[in-house]
Amino acid sequence: MGFKTFMNTKRAFSLVAAFLLLGTNVLMAQGTAATPAAADSSAQKSDMWLGVGYYVLLVLLACVIVAVVGKILRVYDLSLQMQGKKGMNWNNIIGVICIIVLIAGLYGVYWSFTVQGSMILPESASAHGGKIDFMFWTTTVITMFVFFITQTLLWVFLFKYRGSDKRKGYYYPHNNTIEKIWTIIPAIVLTILVVFGFFTWRSVTNTDNLKGDINIDVTAHQFAWEIRYPGKDGKLGQVNYQLYTPNNILGVNFKDRNSFDDLKADTLVLPVNREVRINIHAQDVIHSLYMPHFRVQMNAVPGLPTFFKFTPTITTADMRNRLDDPKFEYLLYCNKICGGGHYNMQKVVRVVSEAEYETWIARQKPYLSDPLKKELHLADASEPGKAAENKIALNN
Amino acid sequence: MSTLAVHDHGVAGHDHDHEHHHHDTFITKYVFSQDHKMIAKQFLITGITMAVIAMLLSILFRIQLAYPDKSFPLLETLLGRFAPGGRLDPQFYLSLVTIHGTIMVFFVLTAGLSGTFSNLLIPLQVGARDMASPFINMLSYWFFFIASVIMLSSFFIQKGPAGGGWTIYPPLSALPKAMNGSELGMTLWLISMVCFIASSLMGGINYVSTVLNMRTKGMDLWKMPLTVWAFFLTAILGVLSFPVLVAGVVLLIFDRSFGTSFYLSDIILNGKIMPYEGGSPILFQHLFWFLGHPEVYIVIMPAMGISSEVIAVNSRKPIFGYHAMVYSLIGITVLSFIVWGHHMFVTGMNPFLGGVFMITTLIIAVPSAVKTFNWLATLWRGNIRFTAAMLFAIGMVSFFISGGITGIFLGNAALDINLHDTYFVVAHFHLVMGSAAIFGMLAGVYHWFPKMFGRLMDQKLGYLHFWLTFICAYLVFFPMHFMGLDGVPRRYYAMTEFPAFNHWLSVNTFITWSAIIAGFAQIAFLYNFIHSIFWGKKTTQNPWDANTLEWTAPVEHIHGNWPGEIPTVYRWPYDYSKPGHDTDFIQQTTPLSETMSSNLPHDFEDNPAGLQQYNEWAKTQRSSEEVK
Repeated sequence: MGFKTFMNTKRAFSLVAAFLLLGTNVLMAQGTAATPAAADSSAQKSDMWLGVGYYVLLVLLACVIVAVVGKILRVYDLSLQMQGKKGMNWNNIIGVICIIVLIAGLYGVYWSFTVQGSMILPESASAHGGKIDFMFWTTTVITMFVFFITQTLLWVFLFKYRGSDKRKGYYYPHNNTIEKIWTIIPAIVLTILVVFGFFTWRSVTNTDNLKGDINIDVTAHQFAWEIRYPGKDGKLGQVNYQLYTPNNILGVNFKDRNSFDDLKADTLVLPVNREVRINIHAQDVIHSLYMPHFRVQMNAVPGLPTFFKFTPTITTADMRNRLDDPKFEYLLYCNKICGGGHYNMQKVVRVVSEAEYETWIARQKPYLSDPLKKELHLADASEPGKAAENKIALNN
Repeated sequence: MSTLAVHDHGVAGHDHDHEHHHHDTFITKYVFSQDHKMIAKQFLITGITMAVIAMLLSILFRIQLAYPDKSFPLLETLLGRFAPGGRLDPQFYLSLVTIHGTIMVFFVLTAGLSGTFSNLLIPLQVGARDMASPFINMLSYWFFFIASVIMLSSFFIQKGPAGGGWTIYPPLSALPKAMNGSELGMTLWLISMVCFIASSLMGGINYVSTVLNMRTKGMDLWKMPLTVWAFFLTAILGVLSFPVLVAGVVLLIFDRSFGTSFYLSDIILNGKIMPYEGGSPILFQHLFWFLGHPEVYIVIMPAMGISSEVIAVNSRKPIFGYHAMVYSLIGITVLSFIVWGHHMFVTGMNPFLGGVFMITTLIIAVPSAVKTFNWLATLWRGNIRFTAAMLFAIGMVSFFISGGITGIFLGNAALDINLHDTYFVVAHFHLVMGSAAIFGMLAGVYHWFPKMFGRLMDQKLGYLHFWLTFICAYLVFFPMHFMGLDGVPRRYYAMTEFPAFNHWLSVNTFITWSAIIAGFAQIAFLYNFIHSIFWGKKTTQNPWDANTLEWTAPVEHIHGNWPGEIPTVYRWPYDYSKPGHDTDFIQQTTPLSETMSSNLPHDFEDNPAGLQQYNEWAKTQRSSEEVK
């Protein structure tokens, strides 16, 4: 009980205020003490505190205004009651606000859809992306219909059935027919979406045909992507993380003949209308290979190679024309938190015609660089790690 | 104090030591209290404190997103090495995001919400003297308190708090050298979480056993208010799913500190080949989301229960489709255990599994839709009284609709390919889980404040608080959908490295300012809350004219809740505006024999003797009318 009486005295309040004042003083003293001599920076500090003080005052002023308005409302309310009238009818006031909020909200949603809605990704630049986009717009239409109906009903009911002393609520505890209807209709709609989505998903992650026309290895590590193309044989050499050296950062196994002609690339260049299979690896933590323009995303998981297969359908040049943006580039970036540099882990993706692709790939340097050749020659005798078979395979 | 009768309906080992009541010291009354009402207040105040901290963290990282190129000397003064030159460090930014999420999901919306209202309302609404085990209940709070202290203490260590996102996926969280936030801060996170789960389990076991064993006479399961149903099912969810997170966390501790490889394989870090072999990072994701998805229902179901109750009371109408409401809660509870894979569509999980999880996920939308329609039907033709609590309950429904609808996009594996981990997801869960649950919690605070503190909160300030928070929450989260549709990823320190995202900078600034205003709106709440505890208007016993049992208990808190015998329950809790009755509410403790004029045949569904009496009474009524 002692606690309660103590808190009840307004002395406690003044004590808190005194503490706060003291705390601020100490903090400010530290602020200035931390930068001795340098008059320049201490001036900056005092500027900063002036700025902070200004905003604190603004907030206090806002609080005071709210308090004053509150008091005025209260006085008005009391004076109404003294005159024998009823006080302010807050049920009516809030009811009207509900309608205003509904109308403003609907306009806001419309505005947001038109202005911000026009800033979203352009049409899909891949074959499967079209199906995803169609699925997306179908879902949008259905859900937006529900959204507008339910929100409108909610706020209109609030206005229409706002409280009054003259009325009583309508005792209506249940109606099994209505309840059955609004259980079954969502169930049917969702079944349609599920079936539709299931087949879209199965066709996108088609596991019957695992090979693409072109096989590309993309390896993620903090905070960059490494790209490896197969050479003329069209086959990528095996990798083993234990073979990692600074010259062979992917750990390519050069006992595998397929690896000799592998190519190293800085940009992910893809020929249009060819099926591409991207093999996704990670070396340290989980990353995610995200190419939103192609509606492609798959995590890069250390110890668990994944892949994504898709067919680009619009070349970069074509997309630039369509968007009227000469600087447009397709991008590949990391979409799974991976550390301090997560926000800048990107690669340019370029979709080109078949001919351009051929000339580009002919210019790429082999992965087996000169320093690496030298190193391998020296380290020829060392066996690759025997751990390669220990990987657990959760998928594929 | 009157002697309390030991009630006679199967409560084993429940004898109160009432002698202690008179010797309450400061320590036993306010600190190590075993009284459920005090523990509820402890949970609430700790929860609010944590919420304010987490909100301030969010404003810090929102400032970074709005002004990525600007430096704020104040930040350096406040945060020191975490904001060199007045700009947030990228790794500290991730720590802020992580701790914001962790605190909000676990410490505010799990412990703060369930802890407060389950503790307060379960004994009071089912008619029990206290929880099944008051001592374990006390431990539950103190474990939660310790967890909170450990979590916050990580701000005071050299490398800062955990930074791998609130989902702490290994290998990032398992390799201390991968980022600052994976060093000691992550260890503290894991220890804090183990304490938290212990707290949550002790609470959950108590809630379940109290609801099952300690209901008062007449309180069968179908006479329980929806709040109690929601808390009960939430507790079951927590008891079944939290242990799985402990398993995941303990294995992660082993990987971090004892050199095991449960989650690790084939790793080269900073040019060093690591010795880990044979583990799978996906395993952690399965363990995490096996809790993680039920967790979002642990967060939202109490808010649903509170909103149902508040909406019924303030519409002066019975909740529409009480049975459907309960069955949909049960449906959500069961289904929530088989949908976790929808967080992992693009993690490399077998695509066939993705298809299965998509089906279960979209099924769970059905009970959610039923609940929404039933709330709307409850409002229909009501006599709606706009208390602050009512407004927050309505806000909860509005957010639940807006956020729930985007769940249909994300639950669809095909659409998730492009939406996964973008701002679309951020918008979705902040509306459906964040805003909706916090509004449910605030509705509960405004509604049961008189029960907790014996005083009323100021309604007008509550209105101001509601409208500012409600509008700003939409202004913050609505535009984020479109950012997500443009492929803007979450957890990015700055968008400046991507010229394609430049057009979102103004939107980001707008969002930040909306968030700051929403933050300031909470001053209205905090002032109202603290001021009303000490100087609020004194409440009457039943300020909202509500039916449930807690309003039959005296305003003064007494150990054991009711002086004398525990009241007996005769009817369901939603007899509002029943035709034929003079007031627009009939409390659960009013026997049907006292309300003959308003009884309906339906009231005697499983009571044939009563039905016969009712029919006879109705017959005499009719014949006397004919005589007239």
